[in-house]
Amino acid sequence: MMNKPAATVMLLASASAIAACSREAPEELPPAPVATTAPAPAPAPAPAPSGPQVGSQAHFADALGQSTVVFFDTDRFNIDSSDAARLQAQAQYFSQYPQLTFTIEGHCDERGTREYNLALGERRANAAKNYLVSLGISAERITTVSFGKERPVALGSDQASWAENRRAASIMIN
Amino acid sequence: MKKHVFAFALLSAGFTGVGSAQNSDLDQPLAEGGAVETTGIAPSGIDADDGGLTFTVTDESDWSDIGIAIPAFATDRDQPTPASASGTAALGQEVARVITGNLRNNGLFKPTGPDSLPQPTFPQITAPSWGSWSGRGAEMLVHGYVRAREDDKLVVGCYLYDVALKDELIREGWVVSPADWRRAAHKCSDLIYARLTGEDPFFDSRIAYIAETGPKDKRVKRLAVMDSDGANHRFLTLGSATALTPRYSPDYSKLLYLSYVDGNPRIYVYDIGRGSQTLVTENKSPTLAPRWSPDGKFILYSMAVAGNTDIYRVSVTGGESTRLTNTPGIDIAGSYSPDGSKIVFESDRSGSQQCYVMDADGTNQRRITFFGGRCATPEWSPRGDQIAFTRIAGDFNVAVMTPTGRNLKVLTNGWQDEAPTWAPNGRIIQFFRTTRNAGRSGLWQVDLTGRNERRLPTPVDASDPAWGPIRP
Repeated sequence: MMNKPAATVMLLASASAIAACSREAPEELPPAPVATTAPAPAPAPAPAPSGPQVGSQAHFADALGQSTVVFFDTDRFNIDSSDAARLQAQAQYFSQYPQLTFTIEGHCDERGTREYNLALGERRANAAKNYLVSLGISAERITTVSFGKERPVALGSDQASWAENRRAASIMIN
Repeated sequence: MKKHVFAFALLSAGFTGVGSAQNSDLDQPLAEGGAVETTGIAPSGIDADDGGLTFTVTDESDWSDIGIAIPAFATDRDQPTPASASGTAALGQEVARVITGNLRNNGLFKPTGPDSLPQPTFPQITAPSWGSWSGRGAEMLVHGYVRAREDDKLVVGCYLYDVALKDELIREGWVVSPADWRRAAHKCSDLIYARLTGEDPFFDSRIAYIAETGPKDKRVKRLAVMDSDGANHRFLTLGSATALTPRYSPDYSKLLYLSYVDGNPRIYVYDIGRGSQTLVTENKSPTLAPRWSPDGKFILYSMAVAGNTDIYRVSVTGGESTRLTNTPGIDIAGSYSPDGSKIVFESDRSGSQQCYVMDADGTNQRRITFFGGRCATPEWSPRGDQIAFTRIAGDFNVAVMTPTGRNLKVLTNGWQDEAPTWAPNGRIIQFFRTTRNAGRSGLWQVDLTGRNERRLPTPVDASDPAWGPIRP
């Protein structure tokens, strides 16, 4: 379908986001607080971090913009050129942070039968995974899960909503 | 009920035994009644005659409704029963109401219930007061009684009379525990339906389905079960994990369904009496679209491996799975013919969802649909003569065809009617209908003429119905 969100704009935005974020993002998480013994005063709230931590979805989203998600045509699961550009941006990010593992969620629009859509979502998630693997990301770092038509992001029953829901979304594993 | 659910959730959270994680979304187990005991009952004062009116339901026949009067069932002695605090007389009224509700709305009968009829006395059950019934325009008359035994069990007698012939057509009695009084009403409904139509019964059966609540992007989906008329409704899961596509085992002891309880879509075999579940196969890949073999010994399911989905068969006792399809693409939604020799399924190997038939061992795969649209969720009729499916041609409709793909007939015209399931006698199809935009869903029934359609009331929105067989 023609209604692909404007990938080019996103790519430009995400490229600058990567540059902006990678400067201040710490490579390692601070050590976990040590458990204290019995009645202690309520701990003071930790100072707000200066930005999202590496390994969080927020950090990934800040870096990639809308390139965390790729979209598909009705009943299709092929990676087209705009999907490829977005997955290349993802591959760049995951190459930069080789310690990260993540899940690709496959989704469908509501205009399919439930069981077929579960299988189709699995196919879409695997198509995105295979493309990332072809770009050098280890398959061991990627899990897939299909939600079929169970978790739409756009709630209308129209072509534009359906186009937004036919997607494979990369999600950080915490 | 609410309190129990909460207590159980706490219990299961604290429980650390094997399998506790995969059981974490389960509600309390449900006791399923066994066979209903049939009992001899007194004949009416007139000789039974097998030559009464009979009808045969055919797809195209135009029915003129048969008027049936169903007054309250009488009792020999009004006394309290655990089935009704108001006593056996009030229960007799309820039994007649259940039968009236069953026989209404299927296009065959015009029943009149106990609320607008005089109440026969106990002696009149076997000796109807013909004069008072022939004047009401009823062609058929149902009489019955409810009697509480010393051991608290109920004896329910059921008589069907032809008013014009002043003749008893059939009678039967059942002994049920008080909790099962509705089953006696369903057995009586089945007796009447089968005698007047020549078809197999279907009222004494249960339906598994998915209860839906919450907004469209965050639907809570719980496994639920109920009687064929919507009564005795129970939730079997708590809703913390999405549940989908249940199927009752032929003996009602188990349910197959899909749950995301471990974060991934997987088929579980849920033991209804025990209230625990096991994976259909120990495998990391997602498993989908479960179906029972007619004898309950095998389970068909689909498994997606690296994005490619095929149909597998596994024994209900476990062990190795046998792969039945091996084409690239999505092969899913296998459904056995009633004799277990064939399987109808959907595949997109041709480029779009179409229906195929294969032998039960996976050989002789051949496409049966060529109508221009797409064919999904095929379900073989328990009579063997038809396959119901979701016909996708613009909108989604429920349609039927022969097992060779001929005589396609569209039965519904909703925006999205999906996932047909057959009544045990293969004469009524249940499906779910989703509304455009709002995404609300409900269970609907349609007969094979497509003319008689009705919504089955459920406490909340509903989808993925699965009709079980007639109960013993």
